[in-house]
Amino acid sequence: MLRVVQVVVVAVTKRILAFAGLLLMSQAVMLQAQAAVLPEDRADVMYHSYDGQNVEVTGPSVLVRKGLSQNVSVFANYYVDNISSASIDVVTQGSQKAYKETRREGSIGADLLYEDTTFTVGISSSEEDDYSANTTWFGLTQEFFGGLSTLSMGYARGADKVRKNGDPTFEEEVDRRSYRLGLTQVISRNALIGVTWETITDQGFLNNPYRQYRYINPDPNGAETAFAFEKYPNTRTSNAASVRGRYFLAPDSAVHGEYRYFSDDWDIRAHNIAFGYTRHLNSRWMAEAGYRYYTQTGADFFSNLFEAEDSQNFMGRDKETSPFDNHTLRFGVTYKFMPDGWKFMNSGSLNFNYEFIRFSYDEYTDNSPGTTLATEELLEFNAHVFNIFASFWF
Amino acid sequence: MRLLPVVILLALSSAACTQVEPWVKPYERANLADPVMLFERDPVSEAYMHHVREAREGARGAAGSAGGGCGCN
Repeated sequence: MLRVVQVVVVAVTKRILAFAGLLLMSQAVMLQAQAAVLPEDRADVMYHSYDGQNVEVTGPSVLVRKGLSQNVSVFANYYVDNISSASIDVVTQGSQKAYKETRREGSIGADLLYEDTTFTVGISSSEEDDYSANTTWFGLTQEFFGGLSTLSMGYARGADKVRKNGDPTFEEEVDRRSYRLGLTQVISRNALIGVTWETITDQGFLNNPYRQYRYINPDPNGAETAFAFEKYPNTRTSNAASVRGRYFLAPDSAVHGEYRYFSDDWDIRAHNIAFGYTRHLNSRWMAEAGYRYYTQTGADFFSNLFEAEDSQNFMGRDKETSPFDNHTLRFGVTYKFMPDGWKFMNSGSLNFNYEFIRFSYDEYTDNSPGTTLATEELLEFNAHVFNIFASFWF
Repeated sequence: MRLLPVVILLALSSAACTQVEPWVKPYERANLADPVMLFERDPVSEAYMHHVREAREGARGAAGSAGGGCGCN
């Protein structure tokens, strides 16, 4: 739940949008850059898996992109999450039990190329038992300086419906908007850099309708703690800025790095840094390894244990809004086949990517059945994530 | 004063339009076109990894490529 609409989104504030638009138009008129091209025709068939802290999420994803002409390319994606969860969030709260559910998401879109400008439009729809999300997005990409600079902007609007199993009268809405601005720059014949800014605003029912916060039970004859449904603010605005780069190492490899800073009006501040190495092993095989570190502060309404029920306007105990960090080790391998094509296909590849993630929480404790306030420890767990997929270019 | 940044940027932009030649020539872009230099080589996989993180972390946005990029066309 509380799934952030996963869309590519764009710009920042109206002022920055206007500013960038002015700049873009002035350059678009004057520059004679090399013509941009649309992405290649390709199809990807993937199986994905996440396994961590008694949560398993698996499923397929199919992505197809096909050019209709030199100026139009369309794409479609079908994605499924089969979720089996007995996480600490559900086993420690009386109102919930381990559950299984399926989320299905479909997306379609099109890229339209006009000289050095690419316009992208798309819609997506996600459906599960107790949550629906519909998103539309628009993007614009403009190349300058013979393709050495690429400015991109995007906007997305999402409309979600939140329901609650077992309560047919419960239905709430969420309105999401996202603005994104990015610049990718060729620095030299061996170096690329990209910077991105994204602002996201949410309005509506933003908490999980099942989750509860925990407080000290005032009844001395009862359990140590008691639970009540969470109360979240009904708005959230966040800003994130990232910078990433790649550097080619002769003869056949590259290093890459990335940093992102995030902040929102719930008082969450986050940093993540990542770096990695990618290399051709030979003409058929390519391998990649990397490391990522992520850390965040907690929301101002998060507490692992509140002193009393309704002691604040907003109260929550979600580990996603608590202070924590994680470390990720990544490994990937690609094998190219059909280098000379076969029938209507030009080439293909088989790919495997694996990530090991170690989550360590600073305040959120493991209050599984059998523990007490005196014995419960800070939550830590490992997650194993992989995807395996075949890609075909045609 | 508030217009100063706009004026400077437009001036730089206009100057760039008339004077700048690509500082990396098309025939010098072989390394940039190599698959190891792509910010997002496989969209289906990158989208999944972003989804895994955004569902479990408080931060969101500005992940993934800004689009375009190697000037290899």
